[in-house]
Amino acid sequence: MRQRGIVGLKVFAHAACLAPVAWLLWRLYLSATTDPIALGPDPTHTVTFFTGRGTLRLLVITLAITPVRKLIPKLGWLARFRRMLGLYAFFYACLHLMTYVWLYAGFSWAAMVDDISQRRFITAGLAAWLMLLPLALTSTSWSIRKMGGKNWNRLHKLAYAAAIAGVIHYWWGVKTGVRTPLTITIVLGIVLAARPLVAMKKRRSAIGVQRTVKT
Amino acid sequence: MAGEGGRLMHPSPVDAAETLATVPSRYSTPGLKLTPFYDITHYNNFYEFGVQKGDPAANAWRLKTRPWSVKIEGEVKKEQTFDIDTLLKLRPMEQRVYRFRCVEAWSMVIPWAGYSLSELINECQPKPSAKYVQFISLADSKDELLPWNAGISWPYKEGLRMDEAMHPLTLLAFGLYGQPLPNQDGAPVRIVVPWKYGFKSAKSIVKIRFVKHQPETTWNDMAPGEYGFYSNVNPNRDHPRWSQKTERVIGAPIWKQLQPTLMFNGYGDQVASLYKGMNLIRDY
Repeated sequence: MRQRGIVGLKVFAHAACLAPVAWLLWRLYLSATTDPIALGPDPTHTVTFFTGRGTLRLLVITLAITPVRKLIPKLGWLARFRRMLGLYAFFYACLHLMTYVWLYAGFSWAAMVDDISQRRFITAGLAAWLMLLPLALTSTSWSIRKMGGKNWNRLHKLAYAAAIAGVIHYWWGVKTGVRTPLTITIVLGIVLAARPLVAMKKRRSAIGVQRTVKT
Repeated sequence: MAGEGGRLMHPSPVDAAETLATVPSRYSTPGLKLTPFYDITHYNNFYEFGVQKGDPAANAWRLKTRPWSVKIEGEVKKEQTFDIDTLLKLRPMEQRVYRFRCVEAWSMVIPWAGYSLSELINECQPKPSAKYVQFISLADSKDELLPWNAGISWPYKEGLRMDEAMHPLTLLAFGLYGQPLPNQDGAPVRIVVPWKYGFKSAKSIVKIRFVKHQPETTWNDMAPGEYGFYSNVNPNRDHPRWSQKTERVIGAPIWKQLQPTLMFNGYGDQVASLYKGMNLIRDY
């Protein structure tokens, strides 16, 4: 794809990632002024699920880029969106964490320590955020050069663990009977399964190439 | 998600054709800010109509509340059936403002209309062998969705110890905001136990059974580690997955939602004596 196309798509991607936050702020403003139920009867719950789901969706999209590129070589340019989408995932994760610290824990350290030590869904969520943190901090080209591609790649495999921890956090957080995390779990499963499948396909086609050379 | 959809219907107590005349009650909780009618009728746990909070408001129109009767069974002098219109006229309808605390850590303040369950129990003449009361909710696939994914084996069952059921605060409710119960809030008749988590307050009741032993209760049977038989509101006894120390006030602005949860939901003066000598952390 040409440079101009990429720039246009990047502008679009920024807008797509920021629009939900703008919507949320707009509803927040409405709920404070003219429409008390602009965020639903339980605004804390609405904001929590909104930011949490946003994080997981962006994280899964980010992780899908590499297998899609490998399956469809024509889409190689997608790699240029990976860092940006990953950083947006972290941005949503920070909003989600802030929601918890402010609206659930009420900025109380005691409440937070209590939660982290006793509630596995909070522990899983915090673990996911802590795994994303070093990835966000080392997202610059400077870091890649400084660390060396191999080390950097190894570190950034943490994104998979973060996504898995995030989905577990989601399942542990919803009550019995609620199946809302199912969709994102299936999509993440496909993305995770795609990597070894793509690698296998590559190996097979490499063998195929050798055979053609021999004959 | 809560608040998604369901805003086409916007019933308000003023529009309602039917009203339910109430008299003041000394059991009403004074000085509380009422949760708006819209929130009480659009943020519901009523799994018979779907597991999401907005589902009951969207689906409960299916429920036919007439004809309706409540069967009285078990350890009573004589088993009998009460028609809903008989129950409505049995005692004067009182307005009782109660705090309502869900086990999921959210809360409301609801102006119910009804009378003490003890008034009906006295009419039923239970035998001395009746130690517990079980409430059975409607389970009818013609009127309800009864979703398989809720994991519940229908009908929904709840229960109380006899002294809890006889406590004057335990309400047999027929309405809220001075009108008959909206379907999604458990029409036409339900139980309200204000010092216990909301799931103890069974909706759309069709049967009341007096029994000798602690009866089956839906959530306690499904997940005994999470939902006790007593399930008294207790900020010191956390749910294994979340804290019960605080609650989110439904209908409040987002920055004012968080508030501390009170022991027995603030009804300790009236009900703590029922549990004297019990370890409420173990017997939750």
